[in-house]
Amino acid sequence: MRGADNKRSLGARRAVLVPYLWLAIFFLAPFVIVFKISLSQTAIAQPPYLPVIDLSAGWPGLKDFARQLSLDTYGLIGTDPLYLMSYLKSLEVAAISTALLLVLGYPIAYGMARAPRAWQPILVMAVVLPFWTSFLIRVYAWINILQRDGLLNHLLLKLHVIDQPAAWLSSDKAIYIGVVYSYLPFMVLPLYATLEKMDESLLEAAADLGCPRWKAFWLVVMPLSLPGIAAGAMLCFIPIVGEFVIPDLLGGSETLMIGQTLWTEFFSNRDWPVASAIAVALLGFLLVPILFYERLQQRSLEDGR
Amino acid sequence: MAEGREEPQNWQGREKLPLVRFEGVSKRFGAVAAVESLTLDIAQGEFFALLGPSGCGKTTLLRMVAGFETPSEGRILLDGEDIVTVPPHRRPVNMMFQSYALFPHLSVEGNIAFGLRQEKASRAEIGERVAEMLTLTRLQGYGPRRIDELSGGQRQRVALARSLIKRPRVLLLDEPLAALDKKLRAETQFELMELQRKLRTTFVIVTHDQEEAMIVADRIAVMNHGRLIQVAKPAEIYERPNSRWVADFIGEVTMIAGRIAGAGAIDSALGQLHIAESGPVKAGDSIWLALRPEKIRMSAERPPSDVNSVAGTVFEIGYRGDTSVYKVRLADRSLMKVALANVSARGQAPFTVDDLVWLSWPPDAAIVLTG
Repeated sequence: MRGADNKRSLGARRAVLVPYLWLAIFFLAPFVIVFKISLSQTAIAQPPYLPVIDLSAGWPGLKDFARQLSLDTYGLIGTDPLYLMSYLKSLEVAAISTALLLVLGYPIAYGMARAPRAWQPILVMAVVLPFWTSFLIRVYAWINILQRDGLLNHLLLKLHVIDQPAAWLSSDKAIYIGVVYSYLPFMVLPLYATLEKMDESLLEAAADLGCPRWKAFWLVVMPLSLPGIAAGAMLCFIPIVGEFVIPDLLGGSETLMIGQTLWTEFFSNRDWPVASAIAVALLGFLLVPILFYERLQQRSLEDGR
Repeated sequence: MAEGREEPQNWQGREKLPLVRFEGVSKRFGAVAAVESLTLDIAQGEFFALLGPSGCGKTTLLRMVAGFETPSEGRILLDGEDIVTVPPHRRPVNMMFQSYALFPHLSVEGNIAFGLRQEKASRAEIGERVAEMLTLTRLQGYGPRRIDELSGGQRQRVALARSLIKRPRVLLLDEPLAALDKKLRAETQFELMELQRKLRTTFVIVTHDQEEAMIVADRIAVMNHGRLIQVAKPAEIYERPNSRWVADFIGEVTMIAGRIAGAGAIDSALGQLHIAESGPVKAGDSIWLALRPEKIRMSAERPPSDVNSVAGTVFEIGYRGDTSVYKVRLADRSLMKVALANVSARGQAPFTVDDLVWLSWPPDAAIVLTG
């Protein structure tokens, strides 16, 4: 009996090792390398930074290597307003986009959850359907739609909303349209998952106790869907902060998100240490909402006992 | 049990308005009629039960009073006023849901106070009334608890307190005890009766459990296929069912087909049987005799000739603890159910399978049914 228990717990312990091993190989190790590069200086060399670890030099070589590491790159991204502005712009775009996604995604998810049972799988399918086409192609399609004689301007002119073709492309508006379009499923699906679980009779009980429908939404539906709101917001906010493709293809030159700055440092300036420092600092920024989300998850797990 | 109860006020004379009146109410879902041209009065202060098999329309009827369903036809009057167009949140009735429908994000207190908060009652009044409800439902000290920390029985009482705090004109109970285990259900039935007597609120309960309906209710409406079959006090429903269907649905019964031979005499496959009163039937009419198992005696010797008697052999015995049910095969191969109290503590049955026995019952024990 005890033996069987031990055997099982040994097996369980081994199973737990798998995700840790995965994280160690594919997340921790690359992160350590990136962090190491962020402490170096650029050099016209191969690789394009100094110092490099020289194992043949033995212990003194390692000591020499450690002495050459510095926090200069962090000093640079902390003082040059270019980087700070990029970070702030990314946070702004992510925050506004997440708010827009919530406002747009909530009614969609609510409608899906209230739809007849038989329709729901089809509606979920419809939300997931865009994933069947490459993300890049869908963003390119938006270039077509948003350009001067594109679909959007044609439509607005037909409807007499505008009388001159408007400039959509290469603006913040285009970024928001692209981001909201691309991330909508990530907002809708977790919201739908929580709303769909909710017992219809709770709304009847609220009505029965004298609560009109609109008020029952705020008193019952909203509080019970908070876990879904948090999950959707985190799933959208975190990747949007680091978004590169959408602002690069749809945005204008005046908007520089941190993903674009990183790309420029890495590929155009060949400044690997600064690019690495930007990435490490970005991770630091994102750790705050991630930890917050983790705590929320923990709490809802405990609630679900 | 219900005989000891006083008559609902204002009811005997019927000259005063009923509290709830259904007037030709029908409800159709597509082609399916859940309730069909139903007319029924419920008096102030009554404990009224809607009883029937699942799908008979009893829950739909209750939900129409709450306002969750709108009748396809007819009117529902509360205190003489048509409430069909009044939305649920403005009706002075409250409902206790079968699933309890407690708000999981609110505490026990938060749940109970929910209704009063919608009325914008003062903080002091809410606190006072919540405390009163906690006492009434024996939940003192549970106020700050979370719903998921409560047992099934405690949740049931929170749901009850929440539906009573607004002092509704009618409390609607949708299978309120269905989720409880048998013992707790039996206790809670008496608690519900006590509560109803104390508050004098009109209770309308929906149940598929005939025993529950008979224990708690002053009057029972037996429903089938969306129609009322019989509306009467529990004892009347049991002792004088108005149809074979009711006799069969409520309690256990053995039916004997027969024909009226003359005054108080019936010809049947079991020979001539005697009844105390034949009612409005006349000689030659086809009728059914309904016999409750507990009204039949079983003996080894032939009984005296002033009672009806038939001979048979014990076919099957179902031991139930307090009673045993015997199925006895008669001369015409039919089975008659007999219930005997197990008075001996030894658990020794007086008869066993294949015993030859005599079954007898006095003329006034049988119910004569024509339909």
